[in-house]
Amino acid sequence: MKDHNHILHNVDSDGIDRRGFLKCMAWAGTGVLWTVSGGVLVSKTLAEIAKAGASLPAARDLSFLQISDSHIGFSKEANKDVTETFRIALDRINAMPTPPSFLIHTGDITQLSKPEEFDTFDEVLKNCRTKDVFYVPGEHDVLNDGGKLYRERYLKSVGAKGSGWYSFNKNGVHFIGLVNVLELQAGGLGQLGDEQLQWLEADVKALGADTPIVVFAHIPLWTVYPQWGWGTSDSERALGYLKRFGSVTVLNGHIHQVLQKVEGNVTFHTAMSTAFPQPAPGTAPSPGPMKVPAEKLRSLLGLTSVQYKQGNTALAVVDSNLS
Amino acid sequence: MITFIKQNKKAVLLFILVVLNFCLAAWGNETTNGAAVVNHKNKIEIKDFAFNPPTITVKSGETITWINRDEEPHTIVSVEKQFKKSPALDTDQQYTVTAGAPGTYSYFCSVHPKMTGTIIVEK
Repeated sequence: MKDHNHILHNVDSDGIDRRGFLKCMAWAGTGVLWTVSGGVLVSKTLAEIAKAGASLPAARDLSFLQISDSHIGFSKEANKDVTETFRIALDRINAMPTPPSFLIHTGDITQLSKPEEFDTFDEVLKNCRTKDVFYVPGEHDVLNDGGKLYRERYLKSVGAKGSGWYSFNKNGVHFIGLVNVLELQAGGLGQLGDEQLQWLEADVKALGADTPIVVFAHIPLWTVYPQWGWGTSDSERALGYLKRFGSVTVLNGHIHQVLQKVEGNVTFHTAMSTAFPQPAPGTAPSPGPMKVPAEKLRSLLGLTSVQYKQGNTALAVVDSNLS
Repeated sequence: MITFIKQNKKAVLLFILVVLNFCLAAWGNETTNGAAVVNHKNKIEIKDFAFNPPTITVKSGETITWINRDEEPHTIVSVEKQFKKSPALDTDQQYTVTAGAPGTYSYFCSVHPKMTGTIIVEK
């Protein structure tokens, strides 16, 4: 996988570009924050972590990969061949010296929830060396049937509850897949709903506070830009149940760009799409697909690699593009 | 016997009223592709994640047509479930409903719930 180990923009002649800075800071696990697009994000320092007894075995080193927003079936100006860019993303995974233990797909596999779009995705995915994939739906995957087809295809094997939420443990890290794209209310944002929140509360109850937690869902679980619906109305309640944990990593898709925020022990991160970029919050009349010159497209598409290193509090979240 | 006829008459009357009411309140619907020309006075264009115009006033029995001009799919869903939800409309696809009983109807896009609109139906 090609990674950004060279400096792209060296604005302050300090040898660190923005991406490099993000990468360094993600690795260092410090709670420093940067402003993105007119101060949408706010900075906070990472709090000291109180350790408590663990109910899971001590977490061991683990690396996995997040892939998002494939939009198979999309064929407009912003990217006329989304299947090809998805394939390139998989090539990058296959080229990694140490393959990730598994993939997490954070939604919008398809553009229009069509069975043939899901078929194409599944067919191309067969080329991936890493076979284990965990899924959560995006709104594009559940357009006409409330997610029935999606659940049958991608959530049966994990024993998902309700509209598709579930959890699992890997190497002592607790993973939680949430659904916030169904039964949305007029005028509102993404939504988890009572039933799912109650399940979440019960799901984490017995875990020790030093169990690293990874939450993944399609729409951001933090308010990125409510004017565009980029947020989840009841995410605060969900995060309330996770407050006592020393390390919480929240992985989302939906907005087709990398944004990160650290708040206390929680790191929020959104991934790039493999299909097309979307504008930065508030920089366009709408959040629709962003057209960029062909030669620039792949620099705005990408993957997110996540690593847990034993003894480190924060997980390392590193983005790499497809150029 | 007289009582029976009276009751029967009441039942018939009730039946007629129900049918009449149903005809007035019923919202018809259909989805078409953009190839069809939109030649319609009650036209709502979906562009930049918004319904335009956001509020439309129509007469009962008239049709209302939405056309999606975005590269993103949208839906038209009655908040109170008073008319049939549209399927996801891709670029240039249309959805038409026939306005039912007079009243004010709110609707939204279930994919992007920030998008809301209102239909006012007059007699």
